[in-house]
Amino acid sequence: MFSIIRTLWNVLLHSFQPRVTIQYPEEKPYLAPRYRGRIILSRDPDGGERCVACYLCAVACPVDCIALQATEDPTGRRYAEFFRINFSRCIFCGLCEEACPTYAIQLTPDFEICEYDRQKLVYEKEDLTISGPGKYPGYNFWRVAGVKIGGKDKGQAEREEPPAEIHSLLP
Amino acid sequence: MEIVIHIVTVLVVLFVVLNIAAGLIWVERRLLALWQDRYGPNRVGPLGLMQVAADTIKLFFKEDWVPPFADKGVFILAPAIVMLTVLMSFTVLPFAPGMQITDLNIGLLFVLAMSSLGVYSVVLGGWSSDNKYSLLGGLRAAAQMLGYEVFMGLALMGVVLMAGSFSLRAIVDAQSKMWFIVPQFVGFVLFLIAGAAEMRRLPFDIPEAESELVAGFHSEYSGMKFGMFFVGEYVGVVLISALISILFLGGWHGPLLPPIVWFLIKMFAFIAFFILLRAGLPRPRFDQLMSWGWKIMLPLALANLLVTGAIVLAVK
Repeated sequence: MFSIIRTLWNVLLHSFQPRVTIQYPEEKPYLAPRYRGRIILSRDPDGGERCVACYLCAVACPVDCIALQATEDPTGRRYAEFFRINFSRCIFCGLCEEACPTYAIQLTPDFEICEYDRQKLVYEKEDLTISGPGKYPGYNFWRVAGVKIGGKDKGQAEREEPPAEIHSLLP
Repeated sequence: MEIVIHIVTVLVVLFVVLNIAAGLIWVERRLLALWQDRYGPNRVGPLGLMQVAADTIKLFFKEDWVPPFADKGVFILAPAIVMLTVLMSFTVLPFAPGMQITDLNIGLLFVLAMSSLGVYSVVLGGWSSDNKYSLLGGLRAAAQMLGYEVFMGLALMGVVLMAGSFSLRAIVDAQSKMWFIVPQFVGFVLFLIAGAAEMRRLPFDIPEAESELVAGFHSEYSGMKFGMFFVGEYVGVVLISALISILFLGGWHGPLLPPIVWFLIKMFAFIAFFILLRAGLPRPRFDQLMSWGWKIMLPLALANLLVTGAIVLAVK
């Protein structure tokens, strides 16, 4: 009996406590920087596309919402001919971001991507690509990768030794 | 001329009561939200006041579906009974001096009779739905009402003894010096509990316990038939709060403010208290409820009645 009265009193005291509701459209909630929202494709510090079209994100995606086609430019640099994410299927699990070897695909704290038309939720490469490097400002995959592309030969990447002379017998 | 005044009084009371009951939906949601640190409906209109109108419009436009397996006549009749009986009770309530539809000399008995008849709505609604959850809800309602009706009436007999009349007006007049809550505190507490149980409010909403019985007796109801059960429940809350303030808190008696204002203040305080009960207390188990009713409340009410009777006799 006493506990019932104490319960009622404690509930009544809640009249004077602040409300926890966040009045959403007027008042935005705090979202952590690592919040998994809308997916973007980032760029190098130099402005080139980071994505090398390795398909790892498409493979990792549990709902198969990523579709892309790899191609190469004349200098041998791989990039995606098209890159398409169907956000009406995306579950924002972040596995694509984890799978990405070049930090190209990243999830952002933006979740306001509602549309009245389902088809508008299919984002193409132009919709996905942003102008900056996203969460990894200094990173440039092509500068550290030991792959030959235009303007950079084998052994010229950062912290890369010259390639071994496999036809020589000298130690 | 007389009859016109009577008709106008009836219409005014009906209008005010139904509007208070509708407004209670908003009041309850806002108060519950306040006590749960939320906001509640605050988007439709100023402070969310138009939420009630929006909900009502929605209810009117919903499909009014009668299940093919239901007993049609009874199924349609059941929600009307609850509205009818609860609204009938308001005919004998004295709101302020001169503000009363009719002063029956058995007013209190009439109210008790009407609230007992209200059980039929729940029982018949549960039975005619031909749904096992509804039937269980109806059964529980019948058992609960039986258990709580008895000591509800007995708890009030102390008040009747002290006022010497069943007429609600006479009971209010008898409280001009001292409110009956002081000498009849046990009766007040018992009636408060019984009232909540009678109106199937949340700590006692066992007939519609949604975690066990879907929605109990009104599982199969939709549209405005469901709305009538709903309005019936809220009018019931108004009725019990009004009854408590009339029987135990001196009705319209109070200093300075006009009588009707005092009456409304008391009534709304109890409405808020019933909402607080809903916000704070969990639902007891069905057998607990029954054993409390029969083993604790009923003997207490009887003892209260005996002691009151003895004292009234001794004083006379």
